Amino acid sequence: MMSEQMFQLNDEDIEVLLYEILETYGYDFINYSRASLKRRIHRLILLDKFPSMAEFRFRVLYDKAYLERFVEQITVNVTEMFRDTSFNLLLRNHILPMLATKPLIRIWHAGCSTGEEVYSMAIMLKEANLLHKSLLYATDINPAVLETVRRGVFPLSQMKLYSENYVHSGGREDFSSYYTAQYDSAKFDEALGERMILSTHNLVSDHSFNEFQLILCRNVMIYFDKKLQDRVVNLFNESLEMLGFLALGSKETLKYSPVSSSFRQFDGREKVWQKIA
Amino acid sequence: MNMLVIGGSAGSLSVVMQILPHLSDKWEMSVVIIFHRKHDDGNLLEILAHRTGFEVKEAEDKELIRPRVIYLAPADYHLLIEKDFSFSLDYSEKVHYCRPSIDVTFESAADVFGEVLVGLLLSGANADGVEGLKEIKKCGGIVAVQNPESAEVAYMPGLALEALDVDYVLDSNDVESGARTLTRLYEGIACKS
Repeated sequence: MMSEQMFQLNDEDIEVLLYEILETYGYDFINYSRASLKRRIHRLILLDKFPSMAEFRFRVLYDKAYLERFVEQITVNVTEMFRDTSFNLLLRNHILPMLATKPLIRIWHAGCSTGEEVYSMAIMLKEANLLHKSLLYATDINPAVLETVRRGVFPLSQMKLYSENYVHSGGREDFSSYYTAQYDSAKFDEALGERMILSTHNLVSDHSFNEFQLILCRNVMIYFDKKLQDRVVNLFNESLEMLGFLALGSKETLKYSPVSSSFRQFDGREKVWQKIA
Repeated sequence: MNMLVIGGSAGSLSVVMQILPHLSDKWEMSVVIIFHRKHDDGNLLEILAHRTGFEVKEAEDKELIRPRVIYLAPADYHLLIEKDFSFSLDYSEKVHYCRPSIDVTFESAADVFGEVLVGLLLSGANADGVEGLKEIKKCGGIVAVQNPESAEVAYMPGLALEALDVDYVLDSNDVESGARTLTRLYEGIACKS
């Protein structure tokens, strides 16, 4: 795979490219973890069959449409519905019941990608009879994926897996009742999408825009370097109500963050923290 | 500091358990092991810790790599290494249907460690790891493979032997010579660091 390279991708070329992208477009990838970024850039060069780094660089800097593709491909959008069944069980059985007492529930999916996680949340809220008083803010750096969230259409081929995940996450309804099959797509119930507010938001550069009771940012920050991770956690701290919850990915942690003392770990295994100060 | 990176799938755990006791605490070496695994199996760390005086732990995101520590790739994430000798986790597409993928870590390690790296590929039923071994060799590191004849599942090491000239073949039936080989491998890279 990666070894089929006609040329060596060197670190300096990448640094220069990132600074040029920042200057030209304002997209700041400077504090993204380099190993993963290098891998994804290399993958994209091979995928789109660029014969050299120079040509790739030229296309990225002078073709705005290609820059959009660059942003789509450089960020990782691998996701599935009801992923991490034990995490969803925690949400369903412990966190949502605690949020139920609020007159209005505000949830932020930061880095929502194509929306599988957001639709999973909408389904759980509906089953807990909370959807009608919830607002799900779904944001991502990448405007193209937000289109997918808006349409609520996912590959039909994934529904078997999602259905299994759903059941293991405590779901008792007929999962297929939430979507209609159209050729090779599954279109999810529009009622689920009605409580979603979609927006592009860049965790690197944008500021806090509301206060939430629950923020989910799972497997997004692993692509940031430590400095950026700290900045983003701070942003989340500012965006959380007192006693609000921050849910990270199964291998992520707040342990080493400067604001860790403002949080207590609500569940060790599932990486959920609660704001206590 | 130099590194020994081991990749294994079905049938590789027992080989790793044979190898671990032969790691010397005089070595300025860190060890990274990638087992193909989808879920966290609670006992794996304990099982391995009993076989070695090195610390055994799961690799954490942004953790700095230390010598005389054995790091395990976490289940269902790719494990990458940064130029500042820290780990990064990655949740991108599976490679050869695997996450963690041996190729991904081998290639990342090759990029960072270059000559002061030993890559060892063990028993398994998958093609994952072969391209990574090639990359390690290309970057000046040493590549070793388990002898397919004594491997529980010969496919993975067999494929590697066909695809490139390996520097050493490790025979799991002959632990003593395996230990000597391991020492030679270490000395081979220690003199370069």
